[in-house]
Amino acid sequence: MKKNSYCFLLAGISLVGLFTSCASVKEYQKNKLNDGEMELSSRKAERPESNFQSYREGASGANGGKVGGGCGCN
Amino acid sequence: MKKICLTVVGIFILFSAVFSQRYDLDTTGYKSETLKLEEANLISGYYNQDGNHSAVTGGIGTQKLNDISNVIELKFVKWDNFTNNKYSFGLELGVDHHTAASQAYISQTGASKPYGTRVYPSMNWKVEKPNHATIGFGLAYSGEYNYHSYSANFLLGKASKNNNREVSFKAQAFFDNVTMLEPSELIPKSTAGTISTYTSASGRSTSYSSGGGRGEKLIPTSPRKTFSGSLTLSQIVNKNFQLALITDVVAQNGLLSLPFHRVYFNYSGKDTDKIENLPDTRLKIPLALRLNYFLGDKVIFRSYYRYYTDNWGVQAHTASLEIPYKVSPFVSVTPFYRYYIQTAAKYFAPYKVHEMNDQYYTSNYDLSAFTSQFVGVNVRITPEKGVFHVPYFSMVEFRYGHYFQTTGLVANNFGINLRFK
Repeated sequence: MKKNSYCFLLAGISLVGLFTSCASVKEYQKNKLNDGEMELSSRKAERPESNFQSYREGASGANGGKVGGGCGCN
Repeated sequence: MKKICLTVVGIFILFSAVFSQRYDLDTTGYKSETLKLEEANLISGYYNQDGNHSAVTGGIGTQKLNDISNVIELKFVKWDNFTNNKYSFGLELGVDHHTAASQAYISQTGASKPYGTRVYPSMNWKVEKPNHATIGFGLAYSGEYNYHSYSANFLLGKASKNNNREVSFKAQAFFDNVTMLEPSELIPKSTAGTISTYTSASGRSTSYSSGGGRGEKLIPTSPRKTFSGSLTLSQIVNKNFQLALITDVVAQNGLLSLPFHRVYFNYSGKDTDKIENLPDTRLKIPLALRLNYFLGDKVIFRSYYRYYTDNWGVQAHTASLEIPYKVSPFVSVTPFYRYYIQTAAKYFAPYKVHEMNDQYYTSNYDLSAFTSQFVGVNVRITPEKGVFHVPYFSMVEFRYGHYFQTTGLVANNFGINLRFK
């Protein structure tokens, strides 16, 4: 538990550092950020695998996918 | 199965024909007042698995399963010249068909049907305002023989003036009904013309109205509700680097076990099996971070990490890395690797390990302690003049992955996405 707390503290400090070091990027500078491979979400082709992983594993969520509905009974 | 495949082929031909016709598509900021089809996606998947820990047979039987899924997504867009609002309307229809060897053993003799089909339509509506605010809502249904789910969602988002930061909130509610299909030897006995009530160890009561036997129409259902809130913060760090922080809180109540999952106990007498019994509530908290970095002109690092915890005692870490390599401006090849580790739920024990006086019990290995790995490759092709020179057939993406758990479960997954834009 203590180990987890240290990890989260470290991650939190790193994130704050990242957010404060953000540069203002103009629209014309976003050609790389707008590349299809840079999307901040799962690919549509990943949908079937997200489904089976949410059924076959105890953890789910925080990936933009569904958090309920559907049986996944087998 | 043949019908589903033919339907998908038919729809593909239909889309090719529709998009081959020349008319103006709203993809370059052109402002019109009519709703126009902006994008269509066909997503198909094939999944197979094998293992030896099925929950239907108490954690010891075959987990052999095949599943084929097909989803059609349509996105319509409309601009309002007066308010400068952008309206998006999405429609989706999905059909899955599976065969599962263990399903046959819901009946003790193996006579239950080992296959099933799920149909899941949905719609969503969204408006993006000139002040960078977004509001949306959606409705969805998912139905299969033993499970029906109705859901609604609501979305709120706000981006910064320079579009470098966005915060969004999504609330979802699912109202599900589980049909009480039970192992044949555990179906409560009832008398002709009476109503009998069965109360589980957790206090849930289910009533069976009987006409002498238990016909399909008389099988009762039990509710399950899920409510979730999701907060996402997306941030551009610099012109090569962006990240997203995602937090969900998911609360469930109702029947969270499944009525055809058996549990065998550490007991030498007769009647050693029961239906699994789990608490009526569950609170899940996943927290995730995505980091995407464009290195040079050809290589991208897509990374994802998730920490998960719930009040059933499951804690999990998920880490994945994809490295798309741009072979050309129109083709990228992406090897990927995902590692997952979880602790067991408090209520899990293997075959014949639970004690008869345990309050909650399950032998479902999805809730056991294990690690899993998933490795594969993704290929995305986006030719300038369309795939196979078909106008508006803008992208095709293939994906294959091999999955294996320390429980012995092994699976393969194929995914394909055809995009018309």
